[in-house]
Amino acid sequence: MTHVEPGFWTTLADVGAAVFLLLGAFLTFSAGVGVLRFSHLLARMHAVTKPQVLGLILLLIGVALRLRSWTAVTLLGLVVVFQLLTSPVAAHMVGRAGFRTGKVAPEDLEVDDLSPDRPPSPPERLPREE
Amino acid sequence: MIVVVVVATALVAAAAVLALVRLERGPSMLDRTVAFDVLTTTIVGAVAVEAAWSRRTESIPILVVLSLVGFIGSVTIARFAAREPEEERRIRTREEVEAADAAREAAREAARAAGRPVPPIVSAEPENDDEERS
Repeated sequence: MTHVEPGFWTTLADVGAAVFLLLGAFLTFSAGVGVLRFSHLLARMHAVTKPQVLGLILLLIGVALRLRSWTAVTLLGLVVVFQLLTSPVAAHMVGRAGFRTGKVAPEDLEVDDLSPDRPPSPPERLPREE
Repeated sequence: MIVVVVVATALVAAAAVLALVRLERGPSMLDRTVAFDVLTTTIVGAVAVEAAWSRRTESIPILVVLSLVGFIGSVTIARFAAREPEEERRIRTREEVEAADAAREAAREAARAAGRPVPPIVSAEPENDDEERS
């Protein structure tokens, strides 16, 4: 909790925080829409990555502008670092598991680096929505 | 600020609801994993909005923990993702369950009559351990 005399800079920081929070929340919302509306696994994964990196960074910049303390900024930076380290690994593993269990249609792929490593099990025809 | 917080909370909550709908629909385990990632991210977003609103720093460590726990969850599920054949994905009807029970009882009766060891009752089909694990 930081108490600063209200002035030009604190007002500016609050307005910036509001803008960043709104942008981050909008990206999170777009991920919700994408994960519900998109038709297959890879498209849904594409939608999920938006709030995981950019949306999170925007939200946390908003929080940092609002809190205005270096302790909080350090912890928020730690959150971003963890997220940047872990989300590509998780996405890679989910995508590879989807490929190997036949949930990725081969005609969707531009580059196929996984088949030479180990051929996928025969594609499973999941009903595609719309 | 209150208007911004309300709008941001509404957007994040709407995202959580949409992710829950996808979590329920599936159709595969990996789709649910992806939806669960969105749900984790919305929780992070909600906690962030709350921290920005109340200007308290106590909830920041929750964000650190959540960003790690979500990762562990999705990696674990992806690790053990297996093919789900069409037949196993649906719930059997009452008639099919009764037919399977009758067939099993008949087999046990036949074994008992012939003096062979009676097969034990198993609740489900034996799992295929040759299932592909990635």
